[in-house]
Amino acid sequence: MNFKETTQNLLKELAPTIEKFTWKDWLWTISLSLVILWGMYALYLQIARGHEVTGMRDNVVWGLYVANFIFFIGISYAGAIISGILHLMNLEWRKPIIRIAELITVIATIIGPLYILLCMGRLDRLHYLFIYPRLQSPITWDVIAILTYLVGSVIFLYLTLIRDFSILSTQQLNIGLKRKRIYRFLSLGFKNTSEQKVLLKVSTNIMAIIIIPIAIVVHSVLSWIFGMTLRPGWHSTIFGPYFVLAAVYSGTGVMILAMYFFRRLYGLQRYITKKHFVYLGYIMIMLGAGYGYFTFSEYLTDWYSSEKWNTELIDKLFNWQEYGGLFFFANVAGILLPFIVIGIPKLRTIESITLVSALMVLAMWVKRYLIVVPTLETTLIPMQETRPEYIHYTATWLEWALTFAGIAAFILMFKLASKFIPIIPIWETSESIKKKTSAIDTNVDLKSVTHA
Amino acid sequence: MNKSRREFVKKGAVAGAITAAGVSAWLKDQGIKEAGEKVKLLSQDGQLIEVDKAFLKLHAQANSEILAKNTMGREGIPGRKFVMVVDLSKCNNARKCVTACQKMHYLPEDKEWLNVKLMKDNEQSAPYWFPKMCFHCDNPPCVKVCPVDATFKRADGLVLIDNQRCIGCKFCMAACPYSTRVFNWDEPDLSQEVKDLPYSPETSVPSQHGTVEKCDFCPDMVRKGKLPDCVTACPNGVFYFGDEIEDAVTNGDETVRLSELLRDRAGYRFMEDLGTKPRVYYLPPTGRMFPVERGFKDLTEEQKERYKDVNLD
Repeated sequence: MNFKETTQNLLKELAPTIEKFTWKDWLWTISLSLVILWGMYALYLQIARGHEVTGMRDNVVWGLYVANFIFFIGISYAGAIISGILHLMNLEWRKPIIRIAELITVIATIIGPLYILLCMGRLDRLHYLFIYPRLQSPITWDVIAILTYLVGSVIFLYLTLIRDFSILSTQQLNIGLKRKRIYRFLSLGFKNTSEQKVLLKVSTNIMAIIIIPIAIVVHSVLSWIFGMTLRPGWHSTIFGPYFVLAAVYSGTGVMILAMYFFRRLYGLQRYITKKHFVYLGYIMIMLGAGYGYFTFSEYLTDWYSSEKWNTELIDKLFNWQEYGGLFFFANVAGILLPFIVIGIPKLRTIESITLVSALMVLAMWVKRYLIVVPTLETTLIPMQETRPEYIHYTATWLEWALTFAGIAAFILMFKLASKFIPIIPIWETSESIKKKTSAIDTNVDLKSVTHA
Repeated sequence: MNKSRREFVKKGAVAGAITAAGVSAWLKDQGIKEAGEKVKLLSQDGQLIEVDKAFLKLHAQANSEILAKNTMGREGIPGRKFVMVVDLSKCNNARKCVTACQKMHYLPEDKEWLNVKLMKDNEQSAPYWFPKMCFHCDNPPCVKVCPVDATFKRADGLVLIDNQRCIGCKFCMAACPYSTRVFNWDEPDLSQEVKDLPYSPETSVPSQHGTVEKCDFCPDMVRKGKLPDCVTACPNGVFYFGDEIEDAVTNGDETVRLSELLRDRAGYRFMEDLGTKPRVYYLPPTGRMFPVERGFKDLTEEQKERYKDVNLD
């Protein structure tokens, strides 16, 4: 099969998702929009009545929102690190999945910071961050880092899209002239000349290199919002690398989930294969090993040195009456389970890998919650407080509504993006198949390779 | 008299005449008549000056207008370094400091910028009452993390908040190891009169929805030559307020040398090991004036409930 043929095949398969907005798509869009609307109603109440409607109070000043913020910025690592590193290592198998990875990055980086806005008491003064910035504050570092990261990720995604835009604008597709014109405009006059090819390749490589340190900076800076304080469980020198590792780890999990859903939804079994799940699974447990090591090291040192407040915090995490259950789940589903399922060949199927990924992603969310809330409940001076909401944080329905609204917005943006741009990179995938067929002289039939 | 000196005197006289003429013309503009009676005053840099009585009133008025401006609240009172000493041997949790502070800053009953903890350092040591306010640290963890310069450290040692700048991110609250700061989770319940008061970081009044606030050491009182309300309200003279540069602190009854007090009574700073360098010193609860139980006498049930976890034996 040659390049042109593969392109045609891929186009044929992806065409329906791009050409038509089916009743199923409408159903998805409407139900997700309803969840988002529910969140908007909660947001309206929060603005109208104040943060009083949340579970946050003077001791636990941050809650679900900050946990969600770390979580979304964490999963955004899927694109930055996974596709960045895989791109630089020039691994062919990455090609069908890079678009999914980069979309996760861009969408999660848009949604994550919105949760910080939800935490702000005075949203009307948001611009103060830019007109009165103080460089000493880790929040200012965050603003700079995340904005840079967002711009970088969008450029990276766009660079890998240019060729597909050019294909979409020239091929026979039933999409109307207007959209074709948009595609043509977005393809920036790309005509596959050798000069253009070199330029595009060089710039994609440069972005792949740049995006990695930026991504590392983003999550390190995020961890330092906690690490720079004098609070137990936060004030830790390993927090930077710990957060970075946790982020890539959870990013891989979300990546597998997204692959599974799009594979099912759009029938992409021929392109996203078991190999992708297994390879990503390997990457996942490798990262999981590092993450587990950091986790162990973190809690062991805090427990062993048994400083007063650290001990208080650890007692809460190991107490079944308090955070024991969540802590147990975070570590079993977040570290152990992926190892067992992906490590044992017999248990290794697409479905099982997806399931442990889902559990792991949930566990990583719980972990973020356990980083934020129990520490804030462990004050250095005894609280001596009688108002229960000041002692113990319990998220209100509004905070949950806005949490689900964020997840719904993530899925919806993903879904809508897949209606506009091919979820499998047409050009890159075709190219990789061309390479394969010309390099290895076997009859690499797409069907036989991919139907595993 | 050499030339330059002569020049100087001449210029000074001209300038003086201009100023005097200017002031009286300005007073006329303002519709104020000179009283004719002069008052001798000591200026800020230690010079004796004469001012017309009518001008005095005007100045008081002008002062409050300046106070209302934000910029002044950020600079601090020149030549001062405020400091507080808390004598733990005299505290019996009378809570007069708490209520006085609330009254002064128009705070609701459940919002305490200053509160009294019941401390018991370990199983063996005796419990004691521990009034806790903002420590106005010299190495303030809260100021470091503020992204918009809403909380700041002044030259006179105070850490204040500008609630017109605060974006309500609460990072300072997470960063403060002493849980000193409080947040306005909803619209503060204030009378229109209070709402209309000119805001200054020095008065911290009126409170604003969605912003952080805390104990401010009452610099507005200091400017009026008065002590912070918690100091004067305390029936036992627990709080000593003063100036580190003058090396003097007072609780309203007695004025003592700061260095001597700290030396003789083994003054210490709370959680010195955190490196925050508080501006509040504590005198250890030795030779107590009251049994610790006295502190429960006038408490409401709710207030008693706060201390239920402390073993009094």
